[in-house]
Amino acid sequence: MGQLIQQLINGLTLGSVYGLIALGYTMVYGIIGMINFAHGDIYMIAAIIAVTVLTLLGSLGIMAVPVALLITLVVAIIFTSVYGWSVERIAYRPLRNASRLAPLISAIGMSIFLQNMVQLTQGARVKPINALLPGGFELFTSNGFTVHLAYTQIMIIVVTAVLLAVFTWLITKTSFGRQQRACEQDRTMTALLGINVDRTISMTFVIGAALAAVAGVMVTVYYGVVDFSIGFLAGIKAFTAAVLGGIGSLPGAMLGGLIIGMIESFWSAYLSPEYKDVATFVLLILVLMFRPSGLLGRPEVEKV
Amino acid sequence: MKSNMKQLIAMTGLGLGALFTAQAHADYSVAIAGPMTGAYASAGEQIKRGAEMAVADINAKGGVLGQKLKLEIGDDACDPKQAVSVANAMVNKKIVFMHGHWCSSSTIPASDIYNEAQIPMATVSTNPQVTERGLKNIFRIMGRDDQQGGIAGGYIASHFAGKKVAVIDDKSAYGKGLADEMAKGMTAKGLKPALRESITAGEKDYSGLVSKLKAAGVEVLAYGGYHTEVALILRQAKQAGMKLTVMGGDTMSNNELVTAAGGNADSVMFTFAPDARANPAAADVVKEFRNAKVEPDGYVLYAYAAMQLFQQAATQAKSVKYGDLQKALASGTFNTVVGKLSFDAKGNLKAPGFVVYQWKGNKYEMVK
Repeated sequence: MGQLIQQLINGLTLGSVYGLIALGYTMVYGIIGMINFAHGDIYMIAAIIAVTVLTLLGSLGIMAVPVALLITLVVAIIFTSVYGWSVERIAYRPLRNASRLAPLISAIGMSIFLQNMVQLTQGARVKPINALLPGGFELFTSNGFTVHLAYTQIMIIVVTAVLLAVFTWLITKTSFGRQQRACEQDRTMTALLGINVDRTISMTFVIGAALAAVAGVMVTVYYGVVDFSIGFLAGIKAFTAAVLGGIGSLPGAMLGGLIIGMIESFWSAYLSPEYKDVATFVLLILVLMFRPSGLLGRPEVEKV
Repeated sequence: MKSNMKQLIAMTGLGLGALFTAQAHADYSVAIAGPMTGAYASAGEQIKRGAEMAVADINAKGGVLGQKLKLEIGDDACDPKQAVSVANAMVNKKIVFMHGHWCSSSTIPASDIYNEAQIPMATVSTNPQVTERGLKNIFRIMGRDDQQGGIAGGYIASHFAGKKVAVIDDKSAYGKGLADEMAKGMTAKGLKPALRESITAGEKDYSGLVSKLKAAGVEVLAYGGYHTEVALILRQAKQAGMKLTVMGGDTMSNNELVTAAGGNADSVMFTFAPDARANPAAADVVKEFRNAKVEPDGYVLYAYAAMQLFQQAATQAKSVKYGDLQKALASGTFNTVVGKLSFDAKGNLKAPGFVVYQWKGNKYEMVK
């Protein structure tokens, strides 16, 4: 019983991070129909920035955890947003009307570029920080197993929930959200109605990057160790989450992330950590066999 | 016919001339290869520091057989595919000696290429398979995983009797080999592993595994793999309110473990060759490294020793040709900063030694 609850907490934490990154994939796919493979690396850049800022703040003597975290978050969001915006501007916009494969290759190139850039400028070594929020609550003990809820896990789950609420409000209630959804449905028609499509797409990239930045900062605080290569694996997992939930669907991305997080921690716990990725991808294949557009995705209707 | 003869003589002359000039100008290229980038880059850096210092010292004393040494550096990032292309590049650079690679999974495929190109190599890779494939060009200047695994397993069995021990590896050639040997060593001394699992290296989240260990009441983790994953497991164990003692292999000697584990590294024990820094014959070299602000721990002195090995073997053989060099390496005894080295028929170290260390703050100390 104790372990079940503990793994639920672990899975929820991990799934939240995957979900936040997956939102970026799914939003971009929704609006321009391409997979932004550089998104995982944007997340990595946020994590590296977080380490830099936290170390800097530490050396300046700013030790109050909430203040340090807030400053780090703001700096990371600003920088990664600029990255997200520039990536779209440099690598995708010139290819907007090219064949679908062109921006895909361009995205893979961008991902390799960003990874190597960080490796060359920041070094290949792993970058550790001291535990910022050590400790946690001991929830209860059953059969000699004490269930722990770390402060960092609470932070990740709460921040994700708040972000999700804000984000849903942004998409469903604001005029930007309406423009964004309009672009998703029909770009030409939206442009005819006098909406700046380019700006809406740029904003989508900026918001996606900002979500990835939050994920990157939280992961840095949670695991305490980052390096230039973390974007690849996280990106693949988050992309899988987006496809599982139905690519293009925002609640789907979050759901997909949570499912993958849960599978990973439960499979590690009760079966073998060796095969947890196999389990994830088998589930993905099964879902796609019976629901080709993912769990919450709407099938594409071809108008004749 | 006559003119043909003349041509032949002229050509031979030219050829000889070219040969002589080539010999007079060409330095001997020696190479190191290992993870200069990637997650294990700190080990590559140790190798590089050690080899650079050794080559500089050898050159300052007049080089090898009157020729200066030139150091080539290959980066395989511990990726077997990249290791193969590094090996091919090194063959093209006409190196006469290789120290590398570092990860067993890189050394094994790369050694086939060096063997074909007849280049002798000295490696610190510990997987038994490195020297079990009948290659004559490979010499291991470190012990083997079956030796260090046996010692680690025996230590666990005698010091942690009655406690629950999990044996975990990272699925790499090195990690799995070592973990299997540790499990074997423990079982032979009467302590059966409570759990036997594998994880995926390069991930960040091991909380699922940590909770599983906690639920199973595991107190000791025998780990086959590299230090980066151990650091994460220790951090996450701490977060889950769990105290874990780790027993690992030679790779845990990397001081990056201490920073990455965030103050939880004191519970890490590992097997490694007896500390070469304590070797009286190495005192001068150790001082030289410290003057250059390099702490000669981990693989630094092994890289230095590998270059000494080449220098002494070439001097004994009076040649850098493969046949002569190989024979000298296989039959000789060499005095290096890591002690006397000599090899058996398979290229394994004749007298390997492993002792158990434990991290204490920023340093590791021998434990009894």
